Amino acid sequence: MTSLRFAWRALTMLWSNGKARAGLIVLSVFVVLAVFAPLIVPHSPTATTFPQNQGPSGVNWFGTTGNGQDVLSQVIYGTRISLLVCLASGAMATVVAVTLGLIAGYRPGLVDELLSFVNNLALVIPALPLMIILAAYLQGHSVWTIVLVVGFTSWATGARVIRSQTSTLRTREFVTSAVLSGERLPRVVFREILPNMISLVTASFMAAATAAVLAEASLEFLGLGNPTTVSWGTILYYAQQQNALLTGQWVLVLAPGLAIVLLMTSFTLINFGVDALSNPSLRERS
Amino acid sequence: MRYLLRKAGLFAVTLWAAITLNFLLPRLMPGSPLDAALGKLASAGVPITNAERSAIEVALGVPHGNWFVQYGDYLRNIVTFRFGTSYSFPTQTVARTIGQALPWTVVLVGATTVVAFVIGTLLGVYAGWRRGTAADSALTIGATFFGAFPPFWLGLLLLYWFAFRYGWFPIKGGYDAGTSPAWSLSFLGDAARHSVLPAVTLAVTTLSGWVFGMRNNMISTLGADYVTFAEANGLRPRTVALLYAARNALLPNVTAFGLSLGAVVGGSVLVEGVFSYPGLGNLLFIAVTNHDFPLMQALFLIITVSMLVAIFVVDLLYVRLDPRVRR
Repeated sequence: MTSLRFAWRALTMLWSNGKARAGLIVLSVFVVLAVFAPLIVPHSPTATTFPQNQGPSGVNWFGTTGNGQDVLSQVIYGTRISLLVCLASGAMATVVAVTLGLIAGYRPGLVDELLSFVNNLALVIPALPLMIILAAYLQGHSVWTIVLVVGFTSWATGARVIRSQTSTLRTREFVTSAVLSGERLPRVVFREILPNMISLVTASFMAAATAAVLAEASLEFLGLGNPTTVSWGTILYYAQQQNALLTGQWVLVLAPGLAIVLLMTSFTLINFGVDALSNPSLRERS
Repeated sequence: MRYLLRKAGLFAVTLWAAITLNFLLPRLMPGSPLDAALGKLASAGVPITNAERSAIEVALGVPHGNWFVQYGDYLRNIVTFRFGTSYSFPTQTVARTIGQALPWTVVLVGATTVVAFVIGTLLGVYAGWRRGTAADSALTIGATFFGAFPPFWLGLLLLYWFAFRYGWFPIKGGYDAGTSPAWSLSFLGDAARHSVLPAVTLAVTTLSGWVFGMRNNMISTLGADYVTFAEANGLRPRTVALLYAARNALLPNVTAFGLSLGAVVGGSVLVEGVFSYPGLGNLLFIAVTNHDFPLMQALFLIITVSMLVAIFVVDLLYVRLDPRVRR
């Protein structure tokens, strides 16, 4: 109950920030599109019943693909996969980041040195090439391969921030008193330290999710995803394979890309609000 | 001096870890990248010598071989640039293929990175200085929006409008198909014409990071006591913003700039792929679409190592820029 009230208070505070409000509105539109996709789409996204490579018309607002599918329906259905992948891999990256960050920050010395070294290594290895190599070797050709690859390559920044925050909180009085009163380690870490970093954890989740939207589209555009699912990345993949631009099908390329841009922008805008909540020096003078 | 030794030691250990990771990756993966690579070479009818075969085996892993022996061979092959033959470019060694592509990427992405850094940083200084105004909001929201552009998508759209539709720029490649690279004025002009669209794509999509970084640094620096003191002394606002705040706010961005210079070598896979630009990113694009594991592994090694070298150089430069780290 208290956590529900806490979440509600956080949401109303976010809502009071103009940028975050715009982000929340755009994100809710995408969530509605994803959840109610079967009710919203004008046609089946996979039916190949239309003439191929058509421009926008009254029947097919965004035109048709090289296989005669309705582009608008594909873009709406694609929201499902893109949201799923970015939320799932964002959550996975955050779990890894929080775990490693808490351990490294709370255990100075050898454990911290080792984990920080791994963290720095993960931070400096170029992310997109690493994702591409991993996805190519795994050859999973499924959405979950992409979630796994993106999740396991996007935790480094978050882990570093959470580690340094943990190590400053570790020496505070309330933590020391919890330790001295005989609380066990998991309770100290999860009940005393973690709740003080909710905004950091949220911010690193949002950042990982934002990066995941782009990473998913990039991997699928390279043909490393599952080409039989309908997602924004695979629409772009087929557009490239079927030379959609050379047949004048620019809406086919524009629409899914614009959806990616809007989803990423909404995450970033919400993150501005989270930043402003946790860092008063960035708060807008209004 | 102790700082330098510590950094050099860290660089050596990180380099070793990255090289070892590159050794382990294909060996830990399900399936056999080696069989796939050899099968592809065979089905393409590419004759390979025993030496090339063993170079590929060392890179990708013999299923039942001794890892210690393989690791030794792997390190020796790296030092001597022996990466075997790839399926995509069967007539030359992987090392040669990479050597030909490297200058294209370094010039295109390197120049674009510098330009984007300069413009983005200036915009960030302005936004931070004018914090809270309409100009600041416009810059922040604009940067958020453009920063979310998938680079390959912007590339596709520019390609459609400015190359295909209007024909202002060439559709693909780094130079005209009939010509071959030479140090002549006409060739350089041709190459420049080919690089405009990829350069614009890269600049637009990387600009936003610099705007945000610099804006936030400016805001925290503008709150510092010495800035308030300078304002209280009656210095002109422009002088305070540029000579007092911006100079110090720039420092954290120097590290980020070094990182992005390190990422130059591998940072533009899809953009180069979309434009068929003859650089390293396009090679990785080709390698992935062809499941060309030997080429892929060598490229990943080059990309990672250049990143680490860049970070090391930035650490060295930082000693000169920021006296505080010398202690």
